[in-house]
Amino acid sequence: MSDPVSRPASHPASLAKRALLALLSGATLVLAGPIASAQSAWAPAASTPSPPASSSASDPLYQRLGAQPGLTRLVDDLVERLLDDPRMRPFFKDTDLVHLKQQLVTQLCEVAGGPCRRQGKDMAKVHAGVDIRTADFNALVELLQQSLDAQGIGFRDQNRLLARLAPMHRDIVNAP
Amino acid sequence: MLMSRKSATPQAAPRRARPGAWGALALLGALNTPIPAAAQTAAPRHAGGGKLLLTGGVSSIDGAAGGGLTPWAVTGSYASDHEFGATAFATHLGTPDYAFTAAGMAATLQDLVEVSLARQTLNAGAVVPGARLRLDVAGIKVRVAGDAVLDSDRWMPQIALGAESKHVDPGAAVGAVLDSVAASRSGVDWYASATKLLLAQGVLLNGTLRATQANQNGLLGFGSAQHHADRLEPEASVAYLLNRHLAVGAEYRAKPNQLAYAGAALREDAWQDLFAAWAPNKHVSVTAAWVDLGNIVGHEHQRGAYVSLQLAD
Repeated sequence: MSDPVSRPASHPASLAKRALLALLSGATLVLAGPIASAQSAWAPAASTPSPPASSSASDPLYQRLGAQPGLTRLVDDLVERLLDDPRMRPFFKDTDLVHLKQQLVTQLCEVAGGPCRRQGKDMAKVHAGVDIRTADFNALVELLQQSLDAQGIGFRDQNRLLARLAPMHRDIVNAP
Repeated sequence: MLMSRKSATPQAAPRRARPGAWGALALLGALNTPIPAAAQTAAPRHAGGGKLLLTGGVSSIDGAAGGGLTPWAVTGSYASDHEFGATAFATHLGTPDYAFTAAGMAATLQDLVEVSLARQTLNAGAVVPGARLRLDVAGIKVRVAGDAVLDSDRWMPQIALGAESKHVDPGAAVGAVLDSVAASRSGVDWYASATKLLLAQGVLLNGTLRATQANQNGLLGFGSAQHHADRLEPEASVAYLLNRHLAVGAEYRAKPNQLAYAGAALREDAWQDLFAAWAPNKHVSVTAAWVDLGNIVGHEHQRGAYVSLQLAD
């Protein structure tokens, strides 16, 4: 390993090394959890400690997304992009758009910690009628990011929202 | 890792290389063969942008996707399930006494398997006139569990296992040194990587454990008269996403120090770097870094600027 005497303690490389050794220790601890409890890592999220991505009743993310008016604008923009996108149009061209928009607004409101609860069929059943691959899911996320950009939502808030939506791939992606 | 700012009308057709535009890296052109339309629904199709920007990492100097120095559990390119993707890279690093270049390509299938080829060249003319070391690396990586990006409600990282088969051509002068310490010209590194993107926080973490006998990553051969067993070396990366197109971070790569018994000049240090990766779109990324390679064959403090260009189809 490198000789600590040969360089000043404040040298960027020394700082990087110490920072990374600390992070390696931290990363090892982070990873030791799932390794030690390999079974629970595959269990539903409710039974494992999860990264801080869950919503709460008084969540400011909902407010920062513009609450109901903001989410309505966001979903209007998103659905327009879905119909314009050659990858996504086949999935949505025959859909009842009014109903779709209502469901999307309610779903986003719920995950962002707003006062909504999505009713109706569960996510897996809603999407069961058509083959959806991970690539399709990711394509929709890209379009959602474009809509979030258009609404002026900041990068950090976009990622907070996406962190709450990403686990839905387990219910939505149904084709290999 | 980073999210793209794609145009409102993304391409629907399979992407093809434009070799004229990237003439300097004709490798990429050779990789893009058209897939017959009839086969597209069944056969893997070219990456249609299935993955989010920079979720494949960048090309490491050994060819595998990850950071610049270490392989990550993510597979390179933007290939998602049922997709095939390819990347090519060229890297240059200049230190006070050496010039190091690397170039190579990787292909990924269905976000599951990644194969890579890389050639590294260390120009040591400042040390021994005409000395040039060449290291070839053939790599394979298989994703075995988890999803670094989408499993954002779990601590479970994405895990991959990989192997890198390496062969060095040290030239005459350095070859004699390798023979004197009984270092062989070929070796295989085995590794396991765990990568996690903490999406809400915008932080990516990677830990890699590598079983290796390589001296200076293989540039000074493999093993020695005194050491024949693989050593387990840890590697770590951390990256912070500043915005959709830019990430900064650091890497650390521990290395075995198996030749030090033969003299202080052959002592080997851990490698580390601070980097910034910029991706304006899904086809191009540029990485700039400050890399510290420590002691290389008697020359200490080999630190310098690293630049890497990666193209993706």
